[in-house]
Amino acid sequence: MDAVSTAPALSADRLSKHFGDRVAFQDVSFEIGYGEVFGFLGPNGAGKTTTVRTLGTLLTPTSGTASVAGLPLTPDNGVEIRRRISIMPESPGLYLRLTVLENLRCFADLYQVPTATKRIEQVLSAVHLTDRAHDACGALSKGLRQRVALARALLNDPQVLFLDEPTSGLDPVAARGVHDLIDELRQRGVTIFLTTHRLDEAERLCDRVAILNTTLRTIGRPDQLRDELFARTLTVRTAVPLAAPDRVFGSVTGVSSWHENDLTTYVLTVDDPTQAAPAVTRALVQADADVLSINPSHHSLEDVYLELIDVPAGQP
Amino acid sequence: MTVNPRLVRAIVAKELREFRRNRSLVVGMAIVPIIFSIQPLVAVFTLTTSASEPLRHEHVLLYMLGIPALVPSLVASYSVVGEREQGTLEPLLTTPIRREELLLGKALATFIPGVVVAYAVFGLFVACVELFAQPGVAAALIHPSDLIAQLLFTPLLAGWSIWVAIVISTRSNDIRVAQQLSTLASLPSVALTTLISLNVIDVSLLTAVITAVVLILLNRIGWRVASALFDRERLILGTKA
Repeated sequence: MDAVSTAPALSADRLSKHFGDRVAFQDVSFEIGYGEVFGFLGPNGAGKTTTVRTLGTLLTPTSGTASVAGLPLTPDNGVEIRRRISIMPESPGLYLRLTVLENLRCFADLYQVPTATKRIEQVLSAVHLTDRAHDACGALSKGLRQRVALARALLNDPQVLFLDEPTSGLDPVAARGVHDLIDELRQRGVTIFLTTHRLDEAERLCDRVAILNTTLRTIGRPDQLRDELFARTLTVRTAVPLAAPDRVFGSVTGVSSWHENDLTTYVLTVDDPTQAAPAVTRALVQADADVLSINPSHHSLEDVYLELIDVPAGQP
Repeated sequence: MTVNPRLVRAIVAKELREFRRNRSLVVGMAIVPIIFSIQPLVAVFTLTTSASEPLRHEHVLLYMLGIPALVPSLVASYSVVGEREQGTLEPLLTTPIRREELLLGKALATFIPGVVVAYAVFGLFVACVELFAQPGVAAALIHPSDLIAQLLFTPLLAGWSIWVAIVISTRSNDIRVAQQLSTLASLPSVALTTLISLNVIDVSLLTAVITAVVLILLNRIGWRVASALFDRERLILGTKA
């Protein structure tokens, strides 16, 4: 393995950015490997975009250190870092009077792409916009402009691609299109730093997520975060209330506790839902219960997010 | 610092393409030279041969240097604050281009049409005088030294007014404010050339050479000052951290 693949693609160590007395983000630390899709979640004003701008050398951090695409984040490395990365800002920022091709040509030259014409064809094909190459960007829909911005971000074949709210303001169909493109990039091994406040997007696309609200609240795989925060449960629904639920559930191996949600719904805390579910089913059958359903509880990333985002910084 | 010509060329090409598609900008660049030319042309066409005699000792044509002093600044004042307002500055700043290269590209993109317009209008003016003024007027009005001064000072004045306008554009938060301030900042140059053309300020070869050297230096300093004042953080956030 070469040095590039062993070192993290992106790392931050106690990175902070203040604007006077206002804290944009504080003591943010993480490491992201090459080829990873990393979600950076948080509410509006949490510091997500400022973090991207800081890692993208547009803003100078107040304190802390970071490395981007294998280079320490210092003013001297700014040009070289920008050569290795790409940032797709929330607003596409296209030259609306110029055509798609002219926009891409300008940026291909700025990135000094060796075979610019061929590369432009490739990125246009990647975002399925080859047939719109000669259209003025001002004539494109918001979703198509976002795709042009993504094509522009791919021109220099970046080691790290920052996507700042890539589906913000897009309708579901256009958002799905962007999701599919991100999926394709992931399959090609591009490291992606995705900021979003759309949790379904993060859950679908990201290998790991971090939740930021000025400070980093948590970091991990979505399923791991769910497991850490929420007890695993089985929800049992019966047609009529059980005569002796304590006797039914108390004897089942793997069920550590239970409570009634209403007269016919029972929530069981279990170690492993897949092992406990058959045992609970057998116990219910033995008790002659009329079972309507047995479902493992599903906590979404949204539950994790809502659980963490309101907790004051520094508290577990 | 070494300048990467390919990056500068990319900015120049992009800017020129945008100019071509922006009709209001083209109209804006055409209006000032028209204003500068019409009144003098009318005055010259109504001038008799005898009345033109005193002009042999004046530098009336240098009045036209007001065009390169004023026209490019109108466009250059848009260069940074305009990108910022249309949301295209941030993507540009995420590329490997240095601020010196970006500003040089912006300046050249304004310089080229600005100088072309100034030379074209001047050439047209001289041609009209030669062709349509009364006999003897052209000989009294057009001096070889003024032609050389026009050729030399057009790019120098254009460059200076561009750098002043870019500095203003870099520090402004509003396009209109930038354009007004840039126009105001161009007025001393316009006033100077007007006073020379009216013979209020006497010029000699020596003063012309000194002025040219000063303008060359000011152009170089202007680039450096504009680059130093180009604060990525302030331009992105609208405020200094």
